Amino acid sequence: MKSDSILNLNDKQLKKLEFSETQKLVTDKKVVLAGNPNVGKSLFFNHLSGMYVDVSNFPGTTISISKASYKGNTIYDTPGVYGVSSFNDEERVARDIILSADRILNVVNALHLERDLFLTLQLIEMGKPVTVLLNFSDEVKKRKIKIDVERLSELLGVDVIETSAVKKDGFDKLDYAIENARKGTQELELHFLLQQVMEKGASQAASLLILEGDNEIAELNELPCGTPDEREKIYINRRNKVNEIVDEIEHEDSRKGEFFNLLGKYSLNPLTGIPILGFVLVLVYFFIGEFVSQQVVDFTENKIGVEIFEYNVKSLMADYTATDIVVEVIDNNDNVIDSETFIFPDGMNELPQLKTQFEEFSTQPGTAIDFTFHNPIAQLLFGEFGVITMTVTYLIFLLLPLVIGFYLVMAFLEDSGYLPRLATMLDRAFNKVGLNGKAVIPIMLGFGCVTMANVTTRILGSNREKSIVTAILQFVIPCSAQLAVIAVLLSGAGIKPLLIFAVVIFSVLIALSTILNRMLPGESSPLLIDLPSMKIPNISNVLKKTYFRSIGFMKEAGVWFFVGALGIGILQITGLLVVWQDLLAPLTTDWLMLPKEAANAFVMGMVRRDFGAAGLFELSLTTMQITVAIITITLFVPCIASFVVMLKERGWKEGLSIWFGTWIVAFTIGGLVAQLIII
Amino acid sequence: MIMDSTLDKAKKGKPVTILSLPKGELKVQLIRLGITEGETVKCLERLPGGTIILQKNRQEIAVGYDLAKNIKVILQ
Repeated sequence: MKSDSILNLNDKQLKKLEFSETQKLVTDKKVVLAGNPNVGKSLFFNHLSGMYVDVSNFPGTTISISKASYKGNTIYDTPGVYGVSSFNDEERVARDIILSADRILNVVNALHLERDLFLTLQLIEMGKPVTVLLNFSDEVKKRKIKIDVERLSELLGVDVIETSAVKKDGFDKLDYAIENARKGTQELELHFLLQQVMEKGASQAASLLILEGDNEIAELNELPCGTPDEREKIYINRRNKVNEIVDEIEHEDSRKGEFFNLLGKYSLNPLTGIPILGFVLVLVYFFIGEFVSQQVVDFTENKIGVEIFEYNVKSLMADYTATDIVVEVIDNNDNVIDSETFIFPDGMNELPQLKTQFEEFSTQPGTAIDFTFHNPIAQLLFGEFGVITMTVTYLIFLLLPLVIGFYLVMAFLEDSGYLPRLATMLDRAFNKVGLNGKAVIPIMLGFGCVTMANVTTRILGSNREKSIVTAILQFVIPCSAQLAVIAVLLSGAGIKPLLIFAVVIFSVLIALSTILNRMLPGESSPLLIDLPSMKIPNISNVLKKTYFRSIGFMKEAGVWFFVGALGIGILQITGLLVVWQDLLAPLTTDWLMLPKEAANAFVMGMVRRDFGAAGLFELSLTTMQITVAIITITLFVPCIASFVVMLKERGWKEGLSIWFGTWIVAFTIGGLVAQLIII
Repeated sequence: MIMDSTLDKAKKGKPVTILSLPKGELKVQLIRLGITEGETVKCLERLPGGTIILQKNRQEIAVGYDLAKNIKVILQ
């Protein structure tokens, strides 16, 4: 039946076929699920894939692609797109998978036919065998909307199956849908144009994209690319056809307001939207700020990471290699009440008696144990900044819970439909600095982990927006590790330092983004987003998204945390770290008016934002010195992992400019504040 | 009263007829979402500063001020 015929030949055959579960299914086919965002594609994929899903990053992107085998066929999930083209990474990924598809299950939101059928028609015009899954059919009935499914199927020339993925309605017909996917009704005029490109050797699907001006596909086929005007013409024809179809098949009896629709409306009304925004932010703060970063991280980092993981790894090393161990007993007020040093010149196993003493002493409550290995390699791998000990604790027990927490919140806001409304509410404010409302996403993530946010700048529309947001993130957004340091330093210092801090950082934010907006060439992309209706998110979907994004981030950034630890470990062993600290000391004492030891926080802050800050806690700083310290460390360079990821995302030139820029700004602003307020 | 204007001036709750869209990629994206020249849609909300939320049947689309001021419309 494979032919380029413009006639829909399968109509009669369809009549003979009955829905049945025992029906024999095709094999070795690449079956692709395609649809707009938020149509419930993943639920179909989860159902078909069962337990074994193969998730991989699409080459050159952070977009994860799930595939699974189903009754001898391979099922692919694709990112949700409004059409097949190449406006962004997600569309390119979806495009490439769709181009290689043998059969397409097109999931359509029955409540949004006008929007969704645009993609459907495009898939049909590509000549791919398609079956339409008309999802949310139960909602349609509930809202008394009448859709003439049979007529829709006739007009499209493919099967249309009513489903409700949430209730698993219609899942029993998926085999039928795959088996009977077929080429739909072809538009005569367009098909004539397509034939001309196809004669030169391109497939029908590729030909359509070439006519629509897709450069990449045209180059791949070594054919001339269509002009923007031609694309516009094809698009307008397709849009008109969609409108005609919808006019013919859909009738709405009455409009029924629903709680979530009202919520969606109120969240955009300026009067009610701002309180709703405030409420959401407070909820997010309590979940991330209070629960995840305090309770969860405290447990995972200190209990599991330091006390169990690091202690066992380090004492295992100490069994065999020369080690000095300092044990301090600390009371509830952070005062050292007892301290003892154990020296093992040939490892703990050589001195069993002393080892027992050490173990007894260190099992007291509230002990901090510091291992120093004589062997430089052991020190590099397992010492204070050990590549293995410190990095694993940091990555797995501190960063991972936070990253999961943030991605969970993001997925929840995204799937509930609130995130696009949040971006819309904030759009005008972001416009002032050359951004659009979408910038709220990376900036919000930056309060969790700037490294994670750096990766997310990819969702922004233009290069200049990516540059502005990347700079804002490195200069002024304190990540969670840094917020923790600031909170400790501020505790008991009163409201004044906090106010000065907020005013200074906010002024830098405004100045920085205004200057960049003026300086950077090009234009920012305006906001244009579809607002999906608000709904309660599907929890398993939220969890799945969170899981894949967290894994993706750890894969992408994890290795740089190891590289950073290795670098600082080498500096420590070679003694360069001390030289560096001495170099910075005059700047610290004379210009910032802080004690010499505070330089530590700046040196170590290059690796991890909370590093060295612990040194600050022990110094008795005046209130104004605390103010200067938190301003300077906030503006100071990002951690080593952010730095490397930024170089990767934004290139050497921009990355290094931002990095050196933070040095200059941090010390200039910090110093000016110091000169003004410390006398 | 009927007058030529740009989308950023649309009034909340009033219909607007799209006269012309700016050329290029954004136009294509608007067409995909159902906004074409000649179409009449409703201005569902106008946020302070001029971010416009359009409604066409059940579809809601947020249009930033910078794009809205480049869309020529007839206000009713």
